[in-house]
Amino acid sequence: MTIGAAGCAKSDRGGDDGGKAGGGTFIFAAAGDPKNFDPIFNDDGESFRPIRQMYDTLITHKPGTADLTGGLAESWSNDPTGKIWTFKLRQGVKFHDGTALDATAVCANFDRWYNMKGEAAQSQMIYYTDVFGGFAGSPDAVYDNCKAQDASTAVVAMKKYKGAFPGAFALTAFSIASPAAMKQYGSDTVTQSGDSFSYSAFANEHPTGTGAFTFGGWNKATGEITLNKNPDYWGDKAKVDKMIIKIIKDENTRKQELRAGTVQAIDFPAPADRKALASEGYKVLERPAFNILYLGINQKNNPKLKDLRVRQAIAYALNRAQLVQTKGPGGSAVADEFLPNTVLGYAPDVQKYEYNVDKAKQLLADAGATGLTLNFYYPTEVSRPYMPNPQEIFTVLANDLQAVGIKVNGVPRPWNGGFKDDVQQFGKQDLHILGWTGDYNDPGNFVGTFFGRGKIEFGDQAMTEMFTAIGKADATVDQAAKKAAFEQVNRDLASKWLPAVPIWHAPPALVTTKNVEGLVPSPLTAEEFNTVSLTK
Amino acid sequence: MVRVVSRRLIQLFVTLIALMTLVFFWLRSLPGGPVDALLGERATPQTRELLTRALGYDQPIWVQYGRFLKNVVTGDFGNSIRTGEPVTDVISRSFPATIELAVAAIIIAVGLGIPLGYLAARYRGRLLDNATIIVTLIGISIPIFFLGYLLKDWLTQGIHFFPPSGRISTGMDNTDVTGFFVLDGLLTREFDASADALWHLVLPAVTLATIPLAIIVRITRASVLDVLDEDYIRTADAKGLRNATIRKRHVLRNALLPVVTTIGLQTGALLAGAVLTEKVYNWGGLGTLITDSISGGRDYPVLQALILLAAVVFIVVNLLVDLSYAIIDPRVRVQ
Repeated sequence: MTIGAAGCAKSDRGGDDGGKAGGGTFIFAAAGDPKNFDPIFNDDGESFRPIRQMYDTLITHKPGTADLTGGLAESWSNDPTGKIWTFKLRQGVKFHDGTALDATAVCANFDRWYNMKGEAAQSQMIYYTDVFGGFAGSPDAVYDNCKAQDASTAVVAMKKYKGAFPGAFALTAFSIASPAAMKQYGSDTVTQSGDSFSYSAFANEHPTGTGAFTFGGWNKATGEITLNKNPDYWGDKAKVDKMIIKIIKDENTRKQELRAGTVQAIDFPAPADRKALASEGYKVLERPAFNILYLGINQKNNPKLKDLRVRQAIAYALNRAQLVQTKGPGGSAVADEFLPNTVLGYAPDVQKYEYNVDKAKQLLADAGATGLTLNFYYPTEVSRPYMPNPQEIFTVLANDLQAVGIKVNGVPRPWNGGFKDDVQQFGKQDLHILGWTGDYNDPGNFVGTFFGRGKIEFGDQAMTEMFTAIGKADATVDQAAKKAAFEQVNRDLASKWLPAVPIWHAPPALVTTKNVEGLVPSPLTAEEFNTVSLTK
Repeated sequence: MVRVVSRRLIQLFVTLIALMTLVFFWLRSLPGGPVDALLGERATPQTRELLTRALGYDQPIWVQYGRFLKNVVTGDFGNSIRTGEPVTDVISRSFPATIELAVAAIIIAVGLGIPLGYLAARYRGRLLDNATIIVTLIGISIPIFFLGYLLKDWLTQGIHFFPPSGRISTGMDNTDVTGFFVLDGLLTREFDASADALWHLVLPAVTLATIPLAIIVRITRASVLDVLDEDYIRTADAKGLRNATIRKRHVLRNALLPVVTTIGLQTGALLAGAVLTEKVYNWGGLGTLITDSISGGRDYPVLQALILLAAVVFIVVNLLVDLSYAIIDPRVRVQ
């Protein structure tokens, strides 16, 4: 902010009124602030939304699905060892700064990530650490090198096979940025001041990718991110001239702005408002579910929970069908597995736990666990896409458990004020509710994240049979064999291990005004807005 | 006068150091922290450790405290953990929003409150007085967020008269000079932006003004009634002064003293009220910043600076109130 002398302050409004002619301006109300616009330093949906419009990934998802299709790479292939990935790049694609997207530029991105210096920068690369194991010099690093075979062929070599690929290449964090712009605006300088970080001019003011929109500015005082149509986009050019992402954190206010006609689309409407909005003529677009809510069971504090029969009793005690009906957002469905059925390795024939009070009581009696008392932790001050109303979910589940004779001691904790610490770090709970939204189409991203290694959340660090089976399935190169291996994992999770009880898949929604056409809801909340148009 | 001011400034300094220390330890004793907030569901022991170390939270608390004190003394409040910007940038962006709102609310509260209170006292026991008492009672007792939602529901949803939230229409593309949007529009001759910002200001300012307005009306009324009973008013009347002169020179002037004190004290309430009002109207000022910084991930650097700022504003306003006594009441000057 600059303080100009009174009287001689100049208006710096753009002379063009691009918004008024042609395709118009599309205003989308989002629920939170982005962090910055350098893809690799981000890991949340609100940052990824604008990033996705400005950048492209090598591989992307078919609109409305989690299925892979060519992005910047027209095609890709994998050698039999699963370690060498060859990308055939689209020709004639240019970054917003006019430089060419070629194999050298792609490799420059891979090399940049791998060679990132400084703990400050590295600590912000959550997805990179997760998928690529580590950085140059780390024994866990997965990446080896990238070579430009010719201008349109990039060959990426990994040190070891990793099940996350190719799905992970479609992660927005791994978008391809212009090497020239990154150099010019010092993209890698993440500096630390006191106990926090600041990012480069590239990340804040000059994000440069190949996407359908170019960066128009981020007005933090009004909470508006402006994106302009990229007239030279390689794919379907944007139908609107301008898109504004307006940040409105309160869901009630988002709804009111929609009704007042000041925005054309809102993200994450309150589940309770969906019906009313639909009946008023707004378009409620449900995203295909790509998330999971589960009841976690910590086997450590109460020895009875180590007994499979007790955990099964808990599963039988829960009337999940009714929970979905009364508390689930529209389109929710009972979950029998920890991954949605669109993901590889979903088994159609796992053991199901239909609501059965007698069976639950019987199992508890058999296990000598009548009169069980359990500490049930649930979060407050939070609403996640898979869990819009934790407190209400807790109440219903707790009542179900009480009905079979389990005494429930409810422990509410603020999401950012103790819940995650108590549950994930200290393991104070016996039961808890938590969930996950998938990042990419791979069973490892669901099942592996929860049960692939010892987690304090589930208490028993020595469930070696489960860890080994998941590790093995994840390391299987052949896709058919991998599918079979994960199907078996999911069967065993339901019948043998039951470390948690899957509750539901709950699709988050978008709402638009009647005149918005062409917005395709994505299971990954990865909507692309170049297809959006405004009718009269 | 100089002695009074310098003594108050030293008090201010000591208060602030003590407050900063309290806030530093208080914030860190709360459960949860920035590391968890930043990582969310994605926290793994590995990423958590890396981030904890990078943020310096692995060091002993007194080392962190020493570093913090050193930074504060040198005027470096660090960067926001959430956004990575310097805290001073974050705050100087939000500050004008809240000041604009608070000033508008004060103008409404004082501009309506003092005349209403005075008239109520003058026409004591009549319809105007009774109506004022009842309305101000409602004004005091109605919770701000409730009133905010109510006004919003009536005037932005039922009829689309006012905008539901924000400081200016989306896509207005106004030029930011001082951060005070109404003023900026005038300075840059973007009069449409100025009018638009003013239009956005109406509901939040009215919402925020209700409680101070009600209090000012009641204090003014009570104070004027007290003064009217004083002997010197009777004397002034007896010696044949014109009514207008009595009202202006003797009644109002003497009655204003407690009112001014109240206005000063209301600044604190106004800041607290702004948090709620800003939440309801997505205002984007300091109130929004406070809620975001607490619930959005324990943004220690921003919170520390905000609490410091609130304390400074509160203390300075009350200092100004004390000084204004001297102007209103000559006896204070002598002491």
